[in-house]
Amino acid sequence: MNKFNLDNSYKAVVIGGSAGSFQGMIKILSQLPKNFPLPIIMALHRLKHVRHGFVEALSLKSVSPVTEPYDKESIKKGGIYLAPANYHMSVELGNYFAMSTEEMVNNSRPAIDITLGTCAYVYKDKLIGILLSGANKDGALGMKHISERGGLTIVQEPSECMIDTMPKAALAVTKIDHVLKVDQIVEFFKELDKQYK
Amino acid sequence: MQDIDIADLKRITEVIFQKYRYDFRNYAMSSFKRRVLRILELKKLNVDGLIKKLTDNPGFIYEFLDELTVNVTEMFRDPGFWRILREEIIPGIMLNHKQFKIWHAGCSSGEEVVSMAILLKEMGIHQDVTIIASDLDTNIIERAKAATYSLKSMELNEKNYIRFQGTKSLKDYYKEENGNAAFDKNLLMNVSFRKHDLVMGEVFNKFDLILCRNVMIYFNQTLQNEVLKKFHESLFRYGYLAIGSKESLIWCDYASRFIVVNNEEKVYKKIKD
Repeated sequence: MNKFNLDNSYKAVVIGGSAGSFQGMIKILSQLPKNFPLPIIMALHRLKHVRHGFVEALSLKSVSPVTEPYDKESIKKGGIYLAPANYHMSVELGNYFAMSTEEMVNNSRPAIDITLGTCAYVYKDKLIGILLSGANKDGALGMKHISERGGLTIVQEPSECMIDTMPKAALAVTKIDHVLKVDQIVEFFKELDKQYK
Repeated sequence: MQDIDIADLKRITEVIFQKYRYDFRNYAMSSFKRRVLRILELKKLNVDGLIKKLTDNPGFIYEFLDELTVNVTEMFRDPGFWRILREEIIPGIMLNHKQFKIWHAGCSSGEEVVSMAILLKEMGIHQDVTIIASDLDTNIIERAKAATYSLKSMELNEKNYIRFQGTKSLKDYYKEENGNAAFDKNLLMNVSFRKHDLVMGEVFNKFDLILCRNVMIYFNQTLQNEVLKKFHESLFRYGYLAIGSKESLIWCDYASRFIVVNNEEKVYKKIKD
């Protein structure tokens, strides 16, 4: 039995974050096991009109490159994806991305709730959802959907967050399986990776 | 909030197709589902109620279309794209034709059309260009014709215009009226608006440049392929097609008849009939 009681049934990891999540995200990506077997799908709040720089900054430290997928791009095992600026990013049945320019949700585009919610719909109990530091409630409803469809839910330990509104909002609306510090999330990824070797 | 499943969505798209000949059967699922859920919530209906209303009340389809279509846009969205248009694409067209034709396919509330008119005006060629702006939704076409936008949205539009490096101030093109920015109607002098459905509609003209940005993202790949075929047919050889920055044609059968002229801003050129 491993610490987090994991197995190799998971198909994807989805991560949401906002204000104060960048450092944590960098730490996770820089310490990710090599050839990590699952896609990592990130919806992070970002400046709507700055298309460049963010994905490059994440890629610089990440073990493997991070890309902003195109509409209808297939999701690959081990791919690390970031929702592009000024688009909502959904995952569709058939395992590919779809972009949209619909109204902002929770004052955000990309909205974390949309990415998390569509991942929950597609991957059901084969999904791991992680919510990091942030200053609004976006992502809480998405985490609820993940939990309701049997996925595993993790939030960053609020005391460690630069701004704890986001993880606290998720804790208030749904069952969260693990409340972890970033270092423990790094351990979680290592443990998860072992299940697939 | 209620949830709906694929079978519900199928029932809705079937009714609309059978009764009104709009075909949403190949729309991308997740956004289509969100739009339908939004309508159910706005109109306080459940799926059966919606189907009944669509069946019994023919006028309701227009309300439905107006809410279903995504009408969120900006002037000079992606300023880098507009700079490329001004500095490369349009000069490229003008090498061969002094007068040319542009189609805004899916023009929504018209921000893109007004942006184009301003660009052409600043290039001094406004009078040489014929523009057709089309949309599925007749209500939104009326809004596009009015070319009047909330002052609140002008902050972002102005920022985009500055990054586009226009020769004036955006304020020079509109007047404030009742808390709105009303654009100079002369800008739309050469624009014909028409109701047109990209999915069911026929090819109706030939163009030198087609803009269809962030419209095909609402279609699945089958439908994207069909629509690209229509765009191919609607372009003169060496005409240009511009799509959204996060769209791609590479998985379409017709992609091989185009070349990429600007990958960053997603501008394609038809090279083969």
